[in-house]
Amino acid sequence: MFKSDFPIFKNQPNLVYLDSAATSQKPQVVIDAVTSFYTQTNANVHRGIYDLSQQATDAYEGARGKVARLIGAKSEEIVFTANASAGINYIAYGWARKYLQKDDVIVLSEMEHHSNIVPWIRLKDELGVQLVFLPITKDFRLDYRSLISSLRGQAQRETKQSHNTYGLPRFARNDAVLDPRKIKLVALTQVSNVLGTINPIAEIISSYKAAGIEAKFLVDGAQSVPHLAIDVQQLDADFLVFSSHKMLGPSGVGVLWGKKKLLAEMDPFLVGSHMIKTVSKNTAMWQDAPQKFETGTGALEGVVGLGAAIDYLQSAGMEKIAVAEKEVTKYALERLSAIYGLRLFGPNEARDRLSVFSFAIGDIHPHDTAEILNRSHIAIRSGHHCAQLLMKCLGVTGTARASFYLYNTKEDVDTLVEGIDEVKKVFTV
Amino acid sequence: MSDPLYREIILDHWKNPHNYGELEKADIDIADVNLLCGDDVRLMMRLDNDTIKQITFTGRGCAISQACSSILTDLVTGKQIKDIKHISPEDFLEELGMELTPARTKCALLSFSTLQKGLQSKLQQ
Repeated sequence: MFKSDFPIFKNQPNLVYLDSAATSQKPQVVIDAVTSFYTQTNANVHRGIYDLSQQATDAYEGARGKVARLIGAKSEEIVFTANASAGINYIAYGWARKYLQKDDVIVLSEMEHHSNIVPWIRLKDELGVQLVFLPITKDFRLDYRSLISSLRGQAQRETKQSHNTYGLPRFARNDAVLDPRKIKLVALTQVSNVLGTINPIAEIISSYKAAGIEAKFLVDGAQSVPHLAIDVQQLDADFLVFSSHKMLGPSGVGVLWGKKKLLAEMDPFLVGSHMIKTVSKNTAMWQDAPQKFETGTGALEGVVGLGAAIDYLQSAGMEKIAVAEKEVTKYALERLSAIYGLRLFGPNEARDRLSVFSFAIGDIHPHDTAEILNRSHIAIRSGHHCAQLLMKCLGVTGTARASFYLYNTKEDVDTLVEGIDEVKKVFTV
Repeated sequence: MSDPLYREIILDHWKNPHNYGELEKADIDIADVNLLCGDDVRLMMRLDNDTIKQITFTGRGCAISQACSSILTDLVTGKQIKDIKHISPEDFLEELGMELTPARTKCALLSFSTLQKGLQSKLQQ
């Protein structure tokens, strides 16, 4: 249905691209928008009296407005970054470092991407904050309720043993219970880039708030925003990050959304030009958000390209895309679960999961799987997928991963299954 | 079936690796990991003067890294350290005779480079 909009598939007709979780292919309209910026509208933004500069500014700010409308936010709450990872660093540096102190708690999960772990490890080393990792159930879902039952002030149970169902020692070094007031930040991925699991963010946030947790909530939307309709008001989140290149847009552009009040309180990470009001020998005064966080010249054509990507997604309709993808997900689960010796790391039902499939074939290493699939022009990823904590949880060093997007079809699933058959043939000595 | 990379001989080394296991009282015991993907290898050697009397390996990794570790241990057993140090990565790859992409070359050379590191640090002692 959508494949013909993506020129790479015309140029590489044999390509079966199953690595959209790593980066997405680009539709012609995005390519045209970038080219058109260069050929017709290219100038630096926010300065310049001349017409061309004004047109460039309109295109750039117009894209900001499109991003805002996509996620139910206001334009002044949209910060353009390099990617989702940068956005999390901005929050770690500009907000968390400023407001958290020793022994404050940050809640993460074992399924997080390194981008939502490493900045917090650095903060732990710098400030002495505690990191708590929500565990994963054997159905590859997020066990978020276990945090609530470990909070002090919850309905008490008879013995400490009853708290140990999910490995209570994870939650605090010495205490058997956690003080909810100490939890200052909860940072979770909305969709796992390995398991495909959709975490019920709205439910998590509301149940945590009801349990007395007064933390800020950061949502890593890198894998969710490209595939699902997201409304930050409905989620009731405080921060959201995502990347353009995973949602049909150019690389080098990301989005950080933050509640207006929080962006006002946050310090900028990078400082310099474009983000100042005045500069003297002794002082520099920042602009307001979002300009405060956009230092130097941004990825001008990239931002415009992202705007075009959002236009494309919205004209296709996020709900329609989700429905089409769910069909492929169901079909893929059906076919993959029928393969003897295939182990799936992720929910085996289509409910609350996207079409990201991590798997292993017998004891064949994911590298070798990817190598042999490559011969049939099937592109999958193999390795730890920037989720070494999760790999450890799963008891493997890496997995093979096939991830689908709106341009993939059921035929692609069939080709993958045939390819997996080939892999098995090669390794049957 | 003749596969340019996964030749029967490679698959044989993968399924039945030579010299796999831990070695007691090793003179050299060195481990390394391929950070890109998580292949890891540990080499253990007993020396007799400047000759590798026995060498074993353990590790987890793809078929290429495992097979090359196995082939390597066959190759260097009974050889003198000074001769082994003169083997270049290109020599080893030629010995393997595989068609490797740059990514898989790392897999193939993991145990080789680990061996060279281990011999280097031994000589410096």
